[in-house]
Amino acid sequence: MCLGVPGRIISIDGLTAQVEFWGVEREVRLDVVDSAVSPGDYVLNHVGFAIRRIPEEEVEETLALYDQLLAELEREDLMAAEVRSEIGPGASQAGRARNG
Amino acid sequence: MAESAAQIESSRSPLEFRDRTRGQALLDAIARWTDDRIDNPVAIMHVCGSHEQAIAKFGLRSVLPPGLRVITGPGCPVCVTDAPEIDEAVAIAESGVEVMTYGDMLRVPGSGESLDDARARAGHVQVVYSVAEAVGRAAASPNEQFVFFATGFETTAVATAAMLLHEPPANFSVLSAHKYIPPIMEIVAEMPETRVEGFLAAGHAASITGSAVFEPFVARHGLPVTIGGFEPLDILAGFAKLVERIRRHEPRVDNCFPRMVTREGNRRAQVQLWSVFEPSGGVWRGIARVPNGNLRLRDRFAAWDARRRFRDVIASAACGVAATGADQCRCGDIMAGIAEPRDCRLYGAPCTQSTPVGACMVSSEGTCRIALEYGGHPVLEMTP
Ligand code: SF4
Repeated sequence: MCLGVPGRIISIDGLTAQVEFWGVEREVRLDVVDSAVSPGDYVLNHVGFAIRRIPEEEVEETLALYDQLLAELEREDLMAAEVRSEIGPGASQAGRARNG
Repeated sequence: MAESAAQIESSRSPLEFRDRTRGQALLDAIARWTDDRIDNPVAIMHVCGSHEQAIAKFGLRSVLPPGLRVITGPGCPVCVTDAPEIDEAVAIAESGVEVMTYGDMLRVPGSGESLDDARARAGHVQVVYSVAEAVGRAAASPNEQFVFFATGFETTAVATAAMLLHEPPANFSVLSAHKYIPPIMEIVAEMPETRVEGFLAAGHAASITGSAVFEPFVARHGLPVTIGGFEPLDILAGFAKLVERIRRHEPRVDNCFPRMVTREGNRRAQVQLWSVFEPSGGVWRGIARVPNGNLRLRDRFAAWDARRRFRDVIASAACGVAATGADQCRCGDIMAGIAEPRDCRLYGAPCTQSTPVGACMVSSEGTCRIALEYGGHPVLEMTP
């Protein structure tokens, strides 16, 4: 899928990072991300790889669409299902990643 | 600034999503630029499964002015994976080698069997979340052979490339069915029946390639390309820019998603992609043979090329009999913008999500599946 999913970096160990997606932590590789990243940064992820650091001023706007998708947990929805399949089971809006 | 989640949640129509005034202003602009095309609507094609999902989910087609027609292009990577590519993976799995792939590939029909059929007949097929996980599995069982059946466009191919640059274990190899989007746009632009006048390019894929990758295409074909995001308003802004360019006869590359896409793109990813892969001709299922449309491993990575390692297994694979009805599937025409799902006699019966005949009904990014699930009036149905 072309959508990708934004998440917040918790910690970094070499080329792998722990990234939080709406309360779910996953390992994400940093091989191809476009610029240097550090914990607290948001990255856009696709099939387990960070492909872009999301500029700080764009984070809220980027997360809004996903917030809305994941809010529809009860509904059968292709887009929401894809986002959830990228971040794994247990994703909920309640656990939305936040700065600070 | 961003609204609260509660406000977003209460939004029930596409125009209320984020900002009703801005949405209406974009629709008014589109109507203005297309007011003389109501009898012969402007045709815009997008090439991204996620765009199609968002357009269907937010009901954008139902609010578009009559002078604009939005066509779904070949943007579903699962759907364009050709049957003989599936056959290669099936043959390897049935020879006793572990084949690993992304989950949505399992049910895609090959000439005879899908990977799911192969698994049911004791073929070795595993679903992985990422190529990194696939390499990890190979490393954990060094005495067995593991093949990663690599599908997807350039955004996904960079991940495969990155892992190969780490020199994975010798019992790991890659069966590449990766495809590259810019060349298929050339093919579609030249199909006389399609009559596409502009392209909406996918924002996140373009964050890798950069908007500049479309400049030669625009120069050659005189058709505008606009890069768009995935919010309903991002998509409408992309349509508005395209109809303006078309009306003014100003073919250009426009970036309507600057928060994610730059002109030069992600150089680091591009270097990795092109040091591992090279473009080669390949068939996009049901559409055409596309020069430079596939990504194949460079000779330097021959040691990890499953097509070389398992050449004999692949060569000896017997082609099965096509599944019933598969010859009537119109996926290819649909992805080329010549037909719509309802033009297919099998749409809805017998071809459904649970009994797919063609790849466009298997994948969550497939046009037929999206059309069937969202039903054309998704916004009204969104309210429980
Ligand atoms: S409805 Fe099914 S058979 Fe018809 S074009 Fe779509 S996927 Fe193919």
